[in-house]
Amino acid sequence: MSARIGVVTFPGSLDDRDAQRAVRLAGAEPVALWHRDQDLHQVDAVVLPGGFSYGDYLRCGAISRFSPVMDSVIEQARAGMPVLGICNGFQVLCESHLLPGALTRNDSLHFVCRDQRLRIENTGTAWTSAYVPNAEITVPLKNGEGRFVADEHTLDQLEAEGRVVARYLDVNPNGSYRDIAGISNAAGNVVGLMPHPEHAIEPLTGPGTEGLGFFASILKQLVSA
Amino acid sequence: MARVVVDVMLKPEILDPQGQAVQRALPRLGFTGIADVRQGKRFELELEGPVDEAALARIREAAETFLANTVIEDFTVRVEQP
Repeated sequence: MSARIGVVTFPGSLDDRDAQRAVRLAGAEPVALWHRDQDLHQVDAVVLPGGFSYGDYLRCGAISRFSPVMDSVIEQARAGMPVLGICNGFQVLCESHLLPGALTRNDSLHFVCRDQRLRIENTGTAWTSAYVPNAEITVPLKNGEGRFVADEHTLDQLEAEGRVVARYLDVNPNGSYRDIAGISNAAGNVVGLMPHPEHAIEPLTGPGTEGLGFFASILKQLVSA
Repeated sequence: MARVVVDVMLKPEILDPQGQAVQRALPRLGFTGIADVRQGKRFELELEGPVDEAALARIREAAETFLANTVIEDFTVRVEQP
């Protein structure tokens, strides 16, 4: 039986279909999850996709974090279920306190949309094990509030524990502290990432296929579990 | 009806690019002498019942868990006198 990976749709999610497609291309079965449904339908992992859930009202991710589906996601994530939050999903994970820090307005105040080079610095997480250590990949980035901030102590702790999963290369597109593009929780099952690997899974529709590794990683982990 | 105001501001150490943009625009409009601008949010909560200590405690809880993200923001709660 193939691994079942849930993709949550919030009102205002944009990239849920692309995330489902990435899951399918990686060889797993995507399962659509609805924000008002607490039932996770026996999925093995969850992706929180990009977009503007609840119109980004109050703060990005602040209202989604209290949606019924998130009660289950938070509970299961704490019990070890793999969760990947991409862009708005990363914001939801920070608002949920599953990940430390916060994502704030880009220092330029501009919405940034570009193909972004990244270095995968931790290949020990549930979502990055298919990459070679320090792999340099290019995936699309598109955000207005992608500037990762945290206090110095938290940043030092993330660095010391190897929880900076991905770092921006060449340019820092949004003013993120220490060029941080993605982080994980201490256990490594929860990963938040501002750029969009689900848009780099086919040469026809993206800058390449280097984003597929995130989805190949989780499949590898679930199949061998 | 009683009104309680919750003001939410970015913590001083968090960069506020919106406030900076406002500050840079002010001299162009002839408003000089303003050294710094920080932009925040103001919530006006209309209470159904009396503003007692229990009601204020609940509002502080709402501010802490929802209206503000205390990782990056500070908040104040005050009763607005009619």
